[in-house]
Amino acid sequence: MDDLRELYQEVILDHGKHPRNFRTPDDATAEAHGNNPLCGDQLTVYVKLDADGLVEDAAFIGRGCAISVASASMMTELVKGKTEAKAHELFEAFHAMCTGEGDGGAVDEELDKLKVLSGVRDFPTRVKCATLPWHTMVAALAGDGEVTTE
Amino acid sequence: MTSAHDMDMNIAPFDVVGVRADFPILTRTMRGKPLVFLDSAASAQKPRQVIDAMHDVYEREYANVHRGLYEISEAVTARYEGVRETIRGFINAAHTHEIIFTRNATESINLVAASYGRAFLEEGDEVIISELEHHSNIVPWQMLRDEKGVVLRVAPISDDGELVMSEFEKLLGSRTKLVALAHMSNVLGTILPVAEITRLAHAAGAKVLLDGCQSVTHMPVDVREIGCDFYVFSGHKLYGPSGIGVLYAREDLLEAMPPYMGGGDMIASVTFEKTTWAKLPHKFEAGTPAIAQAIGLGAAIDYVSALGLEQIGAHEQDILNYGTQQLSSIDGLHLVGTAPAKASVLSFTLDCAHPHDIATVIDRAGVAVRAGHHCAQPLMARLDIPATVRASIGMYNTRADIDVLVTALGEVLEIFG
Repeated sequence: MDDLRELYQEVILDHGKHPRNFRTPDDATAEAHGNNPLCGDQLTVYVKLDADGLVEDAAFIGRGCAISVASASMMTELVKGKTEAKAHELFEAFHAMCTGEGDGGAVDEELDKLKVLSGVRDFPTRVKCATLPWHTMVAALAGDGEVTTE
Repeated sequence: MTSAHDMDMNIAPFDVVGVRADFPILTRTMRGKPLVFLDSAASAQKPRQVIDAMHDVYEREYANVHRGLYEISEAVTARYEGVRETIRGFINAAHTHEIIFTRNATESINLVAASYGRAFLEEGDEVIISELEHHSNIVPWQMLRDEKGVVLRVAPISDDGELVMSEFEKLLGSRTKLVALAHMSNVLGTILPVAEITRLAHAAGAKVLLDGCQSVTHMPVDVREIGCDFYVFSGHKLYGPSGIGVLYAREDLLEAMPPYMGGGDMIASVTFEKTTWAKLPHKFEAGTPAIAQAIGLGAAIDYVSALGLEQIGAHEQDILNYGTQQLSSIDGLHLVGTAPAKASVLSFTLDCAHPHDIATVIDRAGVAVRAGHHCAQPLMARLDIPATVRASIGMYNTRADIDVLVTALGEVLEIFG
């Protein structure tokens, strides 16, 4: 059960049960709908960029497993106050971390907060749960309304 | 001295130990634990008899069917065509040529939609399905709707997962041309009253297609007693191989229907000007078929028939009842699908954990279940849940398997509760 404890760390269970920024803002400048057709999990990510291109607000709503909800919750906390470019950079590093292509450590300490999610590397069927919120946020920033994991 | 009456009262106990010994995979471990396979509704495991039959074909008798003028081709053709008779007997069809081999139930439904649907349904004609259908009995009809302008009507279910017969009857009318329903729900386990449904549909002048994927593995099916026009199922859920499925249709319908695919094996003669179709059943079987798979399916049907579907069904019902009782005692667990007439499926949700998290945790205990929407997203929407965990019971499952599941769910409660 050790790898289960590694996957479901307290921080993840906490974010999964009490997701931060779990709301529908009325002043978002971009939004996208994410869908994992394999499991039916769905979420909508909202982003508000200010005039300087900084992420002023990020939020989400949806239904999903503990991993995807925790990942979305932590993502919205992390990208607030970052530039759009920085958000992309974090996405790339996080994706690499989840798929085992890197530990993200080189990118910067910001990613440390997400390292609790790296346990999905040992659960190949669950990687998409962790990355779906990020794919959805990137789609919102790119002006794409829809994204699926397939 | 045992009277005939006593014999009826004392059905021989189901030899589940002997059955389990026939399934080689059940001796393996998963995540270091004995495999507890509770996902037979997705695809069942295969007994040695099926594996051996297919192995034997490839080692001793493989050749193409219906062509070769030599001994092994004749032998394999006889074995392959013999399976059609096995299937005819299995579902009590009137004629062997009413049994069409397909890849799976999905292809069987698509065949009916593409052939019967395109030829005989017109704009404004209605097809009735239900809220509990698998995507395979929804999407082909939507494609037909988009192509032909037929109207899709959806019969509702009750909260416990039964088809609401009064509402179904209201949908039937002079425009109803086809009723296409699952015989048994893959998510809820509900068994639909298909004979009554067929009687009502026929009275309204409609044809009836039944998706028997889940039902054929749990109960005897007699297509003539039901009276349906089309009956479809897959081999792989019936302890046979994947890649082989069955369409049963009444002879007069098959004669009237145009071919589904063109190619070799489905023709009588071909010139560049004109081609004539082969007789039934070959008119619907273009190209080299799944030869070893068909023979494997024949072995699977022989296997379940020797055990008896009544006996298999009674054994599974015992596990289902035990599982229902055990799962019901878990705080925060909700069984999804509680129709009085149901078989072999325990779908549930837990208040504290998402089905995917549950499946991941219990996988570590060696328990294989399915978690998700089970290819029935409209049903999930109807029940207002994103997904369920589904533990489905096959003939090799035991009460001990349920105990392992319940213990593993205890671990889930420990992590998420």
